[in-house]
Amino acid sequence: MATPRWLDWPVFRQLTGPDRLGRGAAAVSRETESLRPRVATADKVSKSICPYCAVGCGQNVYVQDGRVTHIEGDPDSPVSRGRLCPKGSASLQLTTGSSRRHEVLYRRPYGTEWEPLDLETAMDMVAERVIRTRRENWQEEVDGSRTRRTLGIASLGGATLDNEENYLIKKLFTALGIVQVENQARVCHSSTVAGLGTSFGRGGGTTYLQDLQHSDCIIIEGSNFAEAHPVGFQWVMEAKARGATVIHVDPRFSRTSALADLYVPIRAGTDIAFLGGIINHVLSTGKYFHDYVVNYTNAAMLVHEDFQDTEDLDGLFGGFDREDGTYDVDSWQYEGVRVASAAGKRSVDEPRHPGRDMQSSGHPESHGFGGPALHGEPLRDETLQHPRCVFQVLRRHYARYTPEMVEQVCGIPREKFLRVCEEITSNSGRDRTTAFAYAVGWTQHSVGAQYIRAASILQLLLGNIGRPGGGILALRGHASIQGSSDIPTLFDLLPGYIPMPHAHLHEDLNHFISSDAADKGYWANMRAYVVSLLKAWWGPAATEENDYCFDYLPRLTGGHSTYDTVMAQRDGICRGYFLLGENPAVGSANSRMQRLGMANLDWLVVRDFSLIESATWWQDGPEIETGELRSTEIGTEVFFFPAAAHIEKSGSFTNTNRLLQWKHQAKEPDGEARSDMWFIYHLGRRIRERLAGSTEPMDRPILDLTWDYPLEGTLGDPNAEAVLAEINGWDAEGRPLSGYDDIRDDGSTSCGCWIYCGVYQDGVNQAARRRPHREQNWTGSEWGWAWPQNRRTLYSRASADPEGRPWSERKALVWWDEEAGRWTGHDSIDFIADRPPSYRPAPEARGVEAISGVDPFIMQADGKGWLYTPAGLVDGPLPTHYEPQESPFPNLLYPQQRNPVRLANSREDNRYQPSGDEPGAEVYPYVVTTYRLTEHFTAGGMTRWQPYLAELQPEFFCEVSPELAEERGLEHHGWATIVTARNAIEARVVVTDRMTPLFVQGRTVHQIGMPYHWGPNGYTTGDSANELSSITLDPNAHIQEVKAWTADIRPGRRPRGAALRRYVEDYRRRAGVTETTGTEA
Amino acid sequence: MPTNQFSGPDPHVAASAGHRDAPPRYGFFTDTSVCIGCKACEVACKEWNAIPEDGLELTGMSFDNTGRLGADSWRHVAFVEQRKPLVGPPPDESHRGVDALAAAAQGVTVPEQGGWPAPLVPEQPGRGGDGGSAGDTDLRWLMASDVCKHCTHAACLDVCPTGSLFRTEFGTVVVQEDICNGCGYCVPACPYGVIDQRPDDGRAWKCTLCYDRVGVGMEPACAKACPTDSIQFGELDELRERAAARVEQLHGDGVGSARLYGHDPEDGVGGDGAFFLLLDEPEVYGLPPDPVVTTRDLPRMWAHVGVAAATMLGGLAAMFVGRRS
Amino acid sequence: MSTSDVTRDGIRGAHPGREARVGGTGEQRWRPRGQRTAAPEYSPDSYYGLPVLNPPRWAATDIAGYFFLGGLAGGSSVLAAGGHWTNRPGLARPAKLVALGAVSGSVVALVHDLGRPARFLNMLRVFKITSPMSVGSWLLAAYGPAAGAAAITDLTGWFPRIGATATATAAVLGPLVAAYTAALAADTAVPAWHEGHRELPFVFVSSAALAASGASMIAAPTAQTGPARRAAVLAAAGELAATARMERRMGMVAEPYRTGWGGRLMKAAKALTVAGAVGGALLGRRSRVAAGVCGAALLVGSACTRFGVFHAGMESARDPKYTVEPQRARVRERAARAAEENVA
Ligand SMILES: Nc1nc2c(c(=O)[nH]1)N[C@H]1C(S)=C(S)[C@@H](COP(=O)(O)OP(=O)(O)OC[C@H]3O[C@@H](n4cnc5c(=O)[nH]c(N)nc54)[C@H](O)[C@@H]3O)O[C@H]1N2
Ligand SMILES: Nc1nc2c(c(=O)[nH]1)N[C@H]1C(S)=C(S)[C@@H](COP(=O)(O)OP(=O)(O)OC[C@H]3O[C@@H](n4cnc5c(=O)[nH]c(N)nc54)[C@H](O)[C@@H]3O)O[C@H]1N2
Ligand code: SF4
Ligand code: SF4
Ligand code: SF4
Ligand code: SF4
Ligand code: SF4
Ligand SMILES: [Mo]
Repeated sequence: MATPRWLDWPVFRQLTGPDRLGRGAAAVSRETESLRPRVATADKVSKSICPYCAVGCGQNVYVQDGRVTHIEGDPDSPVSRGRLCPKGSASLQLTTGSSRRHEVLYRRPYGTEWEPLDLETAMDMVAERVIRTRRENWQEEVDGSRTRRTLGIASLGGATLDNEENYLIKKLFTALGIVQVENQARVCHSSTVAGLGTSFGRGGGTTYLQDLQHSDCIIIEGSNFAEAHPVGFQWVMEAKARGATVIHVDPRFSRTSALADLYVPIRAGTDIAFLGGIINHVLSTGKYFHDYVVNYTNAAMLVHEDFQDTEDLDGLFGGFDREDGTYDVDSWQYEGVRVASAAGKRSVDEPRHPGRDMQSSGHPESHGFGGPALHGEPLRDETLQHPRCVFQVLRRHYARYTPEMVEQVCGIPREKFLRVCEEITSNSGRDRTTAFAYAVGWTQHSVGAQYIRAASILQLLLGNIGRPGGGILALRGHASIQGSSDIPTLFDLLPGYIPMPHAHLHEDLNHFISSDAADKGYWANMRAYVVSLLKAWWGPAATEENDYCFDYLPRLTGGHSTYDTVMAQRDGICRGYFLLGENPAVGSANSRMQRLGMANLDWLVVRDFSLIESATWWQDGPEIETGELRSTEIGTEVFFFPAAAHIEKSGSFTNTNRLLQWKHQAKEPDGEARSDMWFIYHLGRRIRERLAGSTEPMDRPILDLTWDYPLEGTLGDPNAEAVLAEINGWDAEGRPLSGYDDIRDDGSTSCGCWIYCGVYQDGVNQAARRRPHREQNWTGSEWGWAWPQNRRTLYSRASADPEGRPWSERKALVWWDEEAGRWTGHDSIDFIADRPPSYRPAPEARGVEAISGVDPFIMQADGKGWLYTPAGLVDGPLPTHYEPQESPFPNLLYPQQRNPVRLANSREDNRYQPSGDEPGAEVYPYVVTTYRLTEHFTAGGMTRWQPYLAELQPEFFCEVSPELAEERGLEHHGWATIVTARNAIEARVVVTDRMTPLFVQGRTVHQIGMPYHWGPNGYTTGDSANELSSITLDPNAHIQEVKAWTADIRPGRRPRGAALRRYVEDYRRRAGVTETTGTEA
Repeated sequence: MPTNQFSGPDPHVAASAGHRDAPPRYGFFTDTSVCIGCKACEVACKEWNAIPEDGLELTGMSFDNTGRLGADSWRHVAFVEQRKPLVGPPPDESHRGVDALAAAAQGVTVPEQGGWPAPLVPEQPGRGGDGGSAGDTDLRWLMASDVCKHCTHAACLDVCPTGSLFRTEFGTVVVQEDICNGCGYCVPACPYGVIDQRPDDGRAWKCTLCYDRVGVGMEPACAKACPTDSIQFGELDELRERAAARVEQLHGDGVGSARLYGHDPEDGVGGDGAFFLLLDEPEVYGLPPDPVVTTRDLPRMWAHVGVAAATMLGGLAAMFVGRRS
Repeated sequence: MSTSDVTRDGIRGAHPGREARVGGTGEQRWRPRGQRTAAPEYSPDSYYGLPVLNPPRWAATDIAGYFFLGGLAGGSSVLAAGGHWTNRPGLARPAKLVALGAVSGSVVALVHDLGRPARFLNMLRVFKITSPMSVGSWLLAAYGPAAGAAAITDLTGWFPRIGATATATAAVLGPLVAAYTAALAADTAVPAWHEGHRELPFVFVSSAALAASGASMIAAPTAQTGPARRAAVLAAAGELAATARMERRMGMVAEPYRTGWGGRLMKAAKALTVAGAVGGALLGRRSRVAAGVCGAALLVGSACTRFGVFHAGMESARDPKYTVEPQRARVRERAARAAEENVA
């Protein structure tokens, strides 16, 4: 019933109502009256998780008429409490915006244009290519050892994908014999896994974001917390609100520094000197937490008498083989213990010296769950006085890391350094806790794992591990990069940090287990985990008689990391390449080499949302511009498959808290976009169909594979919960296992990833639990599911004293309840729940039985936190400062300039520059570091195409100090060219006081900061910082050094076309760069 | 009905605008001391309100590439880099007198670099080493998210001839896009430079304080997204209390420069519905130091118009009096 | 130390509010200021020199034109009435026609400037005393038809009674039409307009009278334009006085009236106005040509005033100093007063 129009006339309402002036009620329009927000009219709200970073913020996805109309924060989430950073807030544009492609594209060899191709045909073509390339490049044996693999195919990507997708990718590709399966975890946090794993027994952060609120002091170093994990940063602010001190140590004053109480500028690449200085301060002033150190760390263990420290050998540890460039690690052992570390020479009936090959197979990463195995009982000196006890070794090793040395190496004035020491030590101990938060400012160095080790040592000395407000928070990168490390699409790992078998060492299952399993702790159950994994993959085909199909696993013979793969592509070994959500043409070090590698392939499959640089380099990449490549001469066949977005598929992400959170599908993808689950499942199905009936032994693993999942929806997506159930595992009756204690080694249980066992307890998807944070305590234990066993704080046994009482009543997390005969507290304890503090194992006890009541580090072979790593790392038992591969300074601490065992590979397209005092070093005089901006994400595939994000940071820039600007004549807002021995790029100049020159070794050094998000495609475009970086790797984890290198900077834009290469060459010539520059050990 | 319609405090803005049984007045307290400059507020607002992207321009103004509030930026995060420590007494006047405008002008010019300079052999940088500044980096980086103030006396609303701008039951000020005819009057009326017209569409746009969301009991999109709760949404009275306590706390912590802006109902606009905690003078953030709602002077304007018109009528009439030529 | 304890019973002493502290331990060292030239110095008085206000989006021709035409119409209606009742048909008729033409033109200009011209009728949706534009719209809605009726009845000779009423109505409303635009401009935050809110109405009515006189001097026989010529002199004096007073009172905000485009136009206006008025008074009766020239000078002068005011306003909105400095001064004054009171 319509009211007469004139009654609607506001003037009439003005005259008759209370709003005489016509400023409110009278002026209301019809539309306003019927205004309803679109969230109120939505048909359904689907729960999801932000697809960008590893904070893992909860999202509510609103769906109306089959369309997603809005995405915003889920207020129930204990992690994010409803908040989203700009990227999370732009998720609607990411998923529904016009930049997404919905059709399959095909580029034929030597073609110049994309062509449409229908999805089914494309899938068949890819299946055919996989089979052919695999056949043509099969390696049944290498050097007489069985390998049963192909190096002809590689795959990259996984950190943006669901755990279930990663699981199927690893499963299918491993069955196909593909070992070069990698994801972002390699380039991002692999050194974390090695560093934390060897220190504590697990490679995940020891604490979680929300617990930071209880810190008395937070040191953020090697992380731009506020920008890279903005929503997680609320917990830092929460701590600050309660009076905590926040310190930021970083080469650049960033948005994190702006909120810190104390900002400490540091020369990039010198954190070990800085942390070593603090360790020295703590030891020399006696400020360590004595009772904690004695009881919970390996301080009392005696080190082998043959051990030689860097003090004795000018910066080298004992056992260095100069020819091979590796260490023989035997002399690093405890007294009285046999080493069983695969990471070097082995003592028992193994080939004497696997050397570089073995070292490069990335074994240290397998300590992501379970430290290295030890056999025997180490000798101890509880007084910590024995000259060879770890404590004294440590003291001597760090004695030279004085405040003066810190000042000279890091450029941090003495007073500032001592203030940091004061804050940390006064906020640690019984009553107080200090937390460390770091990310890739630490991991991405040629000594990356040792950076993290240094922090681990410090936190152990201060008694900060396992306690509320303490710990080390590894801020992981992508939404599920933690998951893609746990269920690894990584060449060196099987699910749950079980190492991939090595051709020369692991002939059969027993061998494999005996060389890696520990005597003591949970890692002693390794056999159960391996057998159950093999059962999950090969089901009934896996029997005791055939070693549970252990032979089906392809073998490593060395490094097959993503950087090895690039070399293999350049060398024509790798012929086919899957990019499953990764953009190496921008994101990986030396991106030019990445593209040149791809230009040498037979075929390339790219699955992404938009046409990223890794998909289009053949058409309009930088090498086409310089004339180095011509489209018509590139034989690579390229398939582009549009990927489904996070809201279009169900599955779980594992965030930086080690927390699995389930995403529910809000709608099916449009057009030909498909989930990666769909892709990998149907690819596998097609391959199996084509191979059906094959009698070739090489095809058995793929034909015997359990590859049968219920399909659902109109598109036939495999049911993700069914995959999760397989990951969780079941017993002989098919009942879901409820935890890894249930896993058996007799073939009666099956489990796809033992550390995730329990996520499907009782047949309930525990990752999908969503009890609002307001209805539980701060640990949020009924929200999602955290590994291990839904525990939030790792090593929490250490929060109580040896008798089981909290160290302090203001830091009570778990404690022994004598009456109940159990541990109790706020979190589920990371220990054996009913093991009393007084328990001491019998001498012959093995495995879990051997864990004493005062052994908080239950994955370590000795139950202790490792101040000193007698095994597990390949570049030393103690962190030692080495200069980065490229540095303007000589190493002031030792004659040894660089990490002697770093992986450097000088090639025509990967040349190194002179360092320190070497002639020519002054040609590249400045330190460069790369980093992130809040507004963009990684290689830019998910942000550079989004107008709302692009407009906030619209151009690639470099940050320089006013002093450097003056020195080089750079103009604010103008252009600069930055050049290294690899390439030259141009960037807009931002002159800012936030960059500060440092005074190091008697002179001023300037640093240049560059975000690495840009590339030539997308809505905002620019040169990529990674054109400049080199492939130089940490030997433990194969992570690239992109946080510190040297370069020159000049005003103006870079040369175009062929002149660009000439320009780079000219610099090389002046610096005297040759193939041996920078390669000495 | 309150007595004053044009300026001064008005504890019941919604009631004054004819809303019976109005809920309490809602607003924002933006505490810039905890802002991490993430711009989530900007993006969340754009996503919720489907505001067009408005240009890729590197401004050279620290990390601010939005520039200012406008028709397509209803939230704007300002970034100010200063060479002074965070902790300390209120900034004195000594920093004045810098040729700011020249510097800023320099900041927004794009020098066109045509040619490529010949590579030089670099001389050794800084080896002589003045070094005095090593590690000496006390500077602060202020970040502040600006928004429509939802003034108690909103000039934009007052001058709007169509009733497109109106006062809602929550005490907020909202444009009704089905009414606005693009007269553009609200634009210069706003003393804060908030509302603006969209050139292609002609209408005026600004923050609605998420009128639609608040109407169903939801928090505004920007406040909800804000990771550090720099933007706090709530009942204005409660926010004012919280803000007062916050300033006190900061002063106690030695941050002498903390002050509130727009919180005072006695100020020139009768107090803002969206007010701020700042760490420097308002103008440093691009805010007017002492805004006054233009309609405060409207009674006098009308009086003068009346007198002037009468004078004109009388004066011209007088010209006709007397001898006819 | 944090105030939050994790006790066996849970968290104790968590901060109730949501606010975090800043600073607290910051080392207070100042970085020396040497000769750092390249870094963009933050500006203490503005945000990178950007305006505080959003300058009006109005087009000069539309809005200054609208001011001018409204004034011309309003003034002409009064002259028309004068002519009508003092039996100067030669003055009355063209004045009525000019009024109709000008008011039509002004409405066209106004509608043309709308972002959504189709919605111009929304102007009559409400009546808002707080909005000069609303008041003006209603005023025009009354005045326009009156001016139209006055002109048409005059031309056609039909309905003389209605014509007379319309003429009278237009004459009464005319000055309001001429004057309210001053309030329209002044009722903004634009410093050079708002600060002139007392004098601007006088400037505008003077300018309107000048335009109307000028038009009459062009269009009417010299014999009948005596009142117009006298009016021009009076109005010129009035405008000069009002402008001078306005600028004096404005202080530094008056700068845009003296510099740049605004200054140039205001100077031209002054010259043309004085020349037109004096010339008209001296020669307007004797020479038809002189009358025309002087009339034109007055018209153009009036237009210059409106465009000058317009541009001065725009400039004052664009440069943040005109917003910030007077406000700063106000704050300082208040603080000084408060300090004094405290002492006392
Ligand atoms: N907005 C946003 N968020 C992200 C991402 C993103 O791209 N954008 N990416 C996600 C991913 S994949 C990751 S891995 C994380 C990474 O998160 P972060 O590690 O925080 O990211 P970065 O900015 O790369 O590096 C951190 C800081 O390390 C500093 N740094 C560089 N070299 C050194 C050094 O030698 N020592 C010290 N102490 N500091 C150094 C840099 O200046 C930088 O401020 O962020 C995740 N979150
Ligand atoms: N110089 C320098 N280089 C660096 C770093 C640095 O700090 N400095 N950081 C390194 C780090 S930590 C990282 S993690 C890497 C990141 O480098 P990349 O991983 O190469 O960068 P992203 O842009 O995140 O690429 C992920 C791609 O996956 C796509 N994607 C997202 N979701 C899905 C999905 O569900 N399915 C599919 N198929 N695709 C999807 C996205 O659109 C995007 O293009 O960069 C590394 N490189
Ligand atoms: S990008 Fe990270 S911090 Fe931002 S909303 Fe997503 S998960 Fe949260
Ligand atoms: S700030 Fe400006 S736009 Fe917002 S209500 Fe006040 S006057 Fe209107
Ligand atoms: S532009 Fe629209 S909102 Fe602004 S005053 Fe005119 S009608 Fe009102
Ligand atoms: S309240 Fe709503 S409309 Fe206003 S700025 Fe925030 S999100 Fe935008
Ligand atoms: S106000 Fe909040 S959302 Fe906006 S930039 Fe600051 S911290 Fe980010
Ligand atoms: Mo990462």
